[in-house]
Amino acid sequence: MTGVTVAMDETRTVFEKGAPGRRAFTCPQLDVPQADGLLPEAFRRTEPARLPELTEPEIVRHYVNLSKRNFDLDSGFYPLGSCTMKHNPRLHERVAGLAGHARLHPLQAPERAQGALELMWNLERALGEVAGLPHVSLQPSAGSHGELAGVLLTRAYHEDRGEERHLVLTPDTAHGTNPATVTMAGYQVVKVATSPDGGVDVEDLRAKATEDVACLMLTNPNTLGVFDPNIEEIAEIVHGVGATLYYDGANLNAVMGQSRPGDMGFDIVHFNLHKSFTQPHGGGGPGSGPIAVSDRIQPYLTVPRIVRDGEGRFDLDYQAPKSIGRLRGFQGNYGTFVRSYAYIRSLGAEGLQDASETAVLNANYLLARLRQLGVADHLPLAFGEHCMHEFVLSGAPMKRELGIKTLDLAKRLLDHGFHPPTVYFPLLVDEALLVEPTETETKETLDAFAEALAAILREAAEDPEKARNAPYTTPVRRLDEAGAAKRPVIRQPL
Amino acid sequence: MSRYTSVTEQDLREMLDAIGVGSVQELFDAQIPAGVRLQRPLDLPAGLPEQDVYAHLRDLAARNVSAEDELTFLGAGMYDHYVPALIDMLTTRSEFLTPYTPYQPEISQGGLQVMFEYQTAISELTALPVSNASVYEGPSAVASAGYLAKLANGRPRIVVSRGVHPHSRETLRTYAHGFGAEVVEVGLRDGVTDPDAWAAAMGDDVSAVVFQQPNFLGAVEDAAALAAAAKPCGAVVVGQYDPIPLGILAPPGACGVDVAVGEGQSLGNRLDFGGPSFGFFAATEAHLRRMPGRIAGETKDVDGRRGFVLTLQTREQHIRREKATSNICTSQALNALAGVVYLTWLGKQGLVELGELLLQRTHYARQALTALDGVEALHEQPVVREFAVRLAAPVDRVIARCQEQGVNPGYALGRDLEEHEDGLLVAITEQRTRADIDRLASVLGAAVAAERVAVTA
Amino acid sequence: MAEASYPDDLLYHPEHDWARIDGDTATCGITWFAQDALGEVVFFDPPEVGSTVTAGEAYAEVESVKAVSDVIAPLSGEILEVNTALGDKPEAINDDPYGEGWMVRVRLSDPSEREALLDQAAYTATLS
Repeated sequence: MTGVTVAMDETRTVFEKGAPGRRAFTCPQLDVPQADGLLPEAFRRTEPARLPELTEPEIVRHYVNLSKRNFDLDSGFYPLGSCTMKHNPRLHERVAGLAGHARLHPLQAPERAQGALELMWNLERALGEVAGLPHVSLQPSAGSHGELAGVLLTRAYHEDRGEERHLVLTPDTAHGTNPATVTMAGYQVVKVATSPDGGVDVEDLRAKATEDVACLMLTNPNTLGVFDPNIEEIAEIVHGVGATLYYDGANLNAVMGQSRPGDMGFDIVHFNLHKSFTQPHGGGGPGSGPIAVSDRIQPYLTVPRIVRDGEGRFDLDYQAPKSIGRLRGFQGNYGTFVRSYAYIRSLGAEGLQDASETAVLNANYLLARLRQLGVADHLPLAFGEHCMHEFVLSGAPMKRELGIKTLDLAKRLLDHGFHPPTVYFPLLVDEALLVEPTETETKETLDAFAEALAAILREAAEDPEKARNAPYTTPVRRLDEAGAAKRPVIRQPL
Repeated sequence: MSRYTSVTEQDLREMLDAIGVGSVQELFDAQIPAGVRLQRPLDLPAGLPEQDVYAHLRDLAARNVSAEDELTFLGAGMYDHYVPALIDMLTTRSEFLTPYTPYQPEISQGGLQVMFEYQTAISELTALPVSNASVYEGPSAVASAGYLAKLANGRPRIVVSRGVHPHSRETLRTYAHGFGAEVVEVGLRDGVTDPDAWAAAMGDDVSAVVFQQPNFLGAVEDAAALAAAAKPCGAVVVGQYDPIPLGILAPPGACGVDVAVGEGQSLGNRLDFGGPSFGFFAATEAHLRRMPGRIAGETKDVDGRRGFVLTLQTREQHIRREKATSNICTSQALNALAGVVYLTWLGKQGLVELGELLLQRTHYARQALTALDGVEALHEQPVVREFAVRLAAPVDRVIARCQEQGVNPGYALGRDLEEHEDGLLVAITEQRTRADIDRLASVLGAAVAAERVAVTA
Repeated sequence: MAEASYPDDLLYHPEHDWARIDGDTATCGITWFAQDALGEVVFFDPPEVGSTVTAGEAYAEVESVKAVSDVIAPLSGEILEVNTALGDKPEAINDDPYGEGWMVRVRLSDPSEREALLDQAAYTATLS
């Protein structure tokens, strides 16, 4: 019966399926005269790539069955902190699939791509309005790509004024992409401390903000879920030494229509279209990281830029002598612009404001429920009393009192049919659990999630082993990550 | 409440009660300083019902001339290949479309296995042992390869052939200005990288060398020779490869290339006015721990089941922070899924057959066009899917005339290469039949003739 | 190694590194505390034989699944030998940090530097 078992085993890769000679592709017939010697033998491939040989039904079955081994947002609650897993409206797939958008070549003459350029122009204006900064580039491909743009723009700004600066400040709560970006842009990272209230330690900032500092990178609200009460003073200190203030837009979902980074004093903002603006996460991309900048940074923005003439005709302008140049090919991830633009037109001004309000309401309600159920006794809020759109709990008391770690709690949540929140980030909080419900979840879902956490803690008080060995009901159980790192096997041997 | 948010009056009362505040605004007032509160609504149009949004997006689409609306030979980095229907079906499945990066591997085995299969496919395609799970796209992949070389040897200079796509060269310069390397260009001779100038550019201060295969003018380079010339000085050899011709062209791993990158759009992804697509990134074993981006690895679970996890994460930003190999967090997982499905759909034989078909049709097209009055080959190098010609009439005018006839004949090289003001780059995919090529020849011939008369008149 | 252990014949650097001095050479590695904080070690990136190490500065990196740590040299000198067995068995650093988990052997350039190191009692005092 071995054959049947193997056929049912869905962990076989596509390279272990099929048979020689099978095919899904039908090559068009050669309809031109066959010519010989077109490619010198020395340039030819001698051994074909050992790609799989499957028919269409086999390919479909393989990938459809693989998909069923994935948890996804359409299927269940996904409260990953700082990821903003809000619903992905299906209208967006329909409009992104229209041939006029999907089959448009990036090098098509601008006169023949007026719809695309108008869409991008409108999206730029909308993002600029949300940010409170008028000059926008849609080019960066992801949040961290936008961060790189921001730090390179900062470099260009200082170099243009004849200044050589070497340092960039980031809080110790910063997402890892911030320091990684700083190094890629040729600067050195200096960490700024966090004060007990969860915001930037203003005195530490004052001491470190010298004229060798190019930029301070902040997220506001930050990764602790705290809106910095001293943001105006922080902006003054940073601008006072001639440095730029950069806003990591990962947490924008908390403040749309409530407060604008430009008004807080930021010079450069990046957006994550795959967070607040519903571009689906795709299992790890594609995303998009547009940036908005102030007047003083505008000259350095990437090229090409979308321009509009007096008659309302759009064009791409490549003439910008102080521009930092390009960060990628063509104009950016247009497919994500179509979806985000459809979202912004669907919601309008009121809807975006409602989204942020509901995001903050849902997070505070969930926190309140956890307090009511006694969950917060073992997993207290790390900072403050209320929160913005997300909150971070510390599992340190739970670990001491019940003997299970945040990791175990997360794995046991899988058995309850929920995707766990973000774990072990931010690093500043011991046994961190970062929870962001988003505005598209119902009260019933939030209640169910709170009940599940309470149930897991009650169970742990009786029998901590249950959580320590969880999960039990998933396609695989805990995996040997150390083994995977020690002896990496990153392709199928053939 | 809206069509995406569900808080009813009753919900609101119960929730505010539990929180212990009188309104949501109280939560904002308590946490956001008054000086930075927005005191007016956002200046944006009011929201619209779904059908009105659809109508608006449809109207915008109608004002674009896509590959659906004209017979197109436009390439220069992205190509109008046929995307099989099963890819649309798979990339819109909830389970692939809506999850996040797989941080909980137990419930992400689908996505992680796709990454593993994708890495295997790219490794096979490039004949290099190590591939990551994708980067954003082609030009930034070239720039990332430059950063890898900087981490590897710390040298100050990168040598790049003028045959590399202009967007890749520009992106490399932008990144290099940040991480501290000088980019030096080597010109072309007879349509390929000038071998003497290339050899002369080598030195102990060279961190990496970069060439493109086929190059921006469609010519097949002598990749092995270019790589060999760089080996003695110890520079990292980077090749930007078009994946489609790798069925018939010697792969980078067989030519001495250390890092192979490229634009993956041709592999099952739409044109989408330039993105999203994906970039592939493959290398020799020696560079494994310097690779940017996510990597999936095979392992076992506690019960001995085969499974997959993100591995070698200590390279990445969330652990190594300022010492990371890149800052990549989100990459292009869904587009890479389309890529591996496409390569599986083509299959071992299909990729070869496609390459041979394109080789023959490209040759036929070059012959047909260069037989026209006022059209000459820009170079005589072997070509496999794209070629360059010179027109004896203003290129932009000729293109405009052709487009009036419903044919887009290709890319005006003068937009990027001032030495080729009269150049036109013509791309062939399997969707361009002999009849299509004959039509191109007819329309182009007439357009050139008309524009020559216009000039002399 | 399940139980915390700090042999009394070793000298310790406050950043959780140990040295076993033998005449003018010393063998070095990381302490039980360091390996416990890291978790299961998956990769050790050794320095080259013949290169110089400086007391108080990092000479290598050690990685677990979720963390990277610098390995600090307790003493200065020239590297005579590195433990290449750790390439295949990095977990020896966890199982036997003072024995099979040794990392480098160094010819000391300034043996008087040992005065600045801590003995077992002084080091274990810093851990509480």
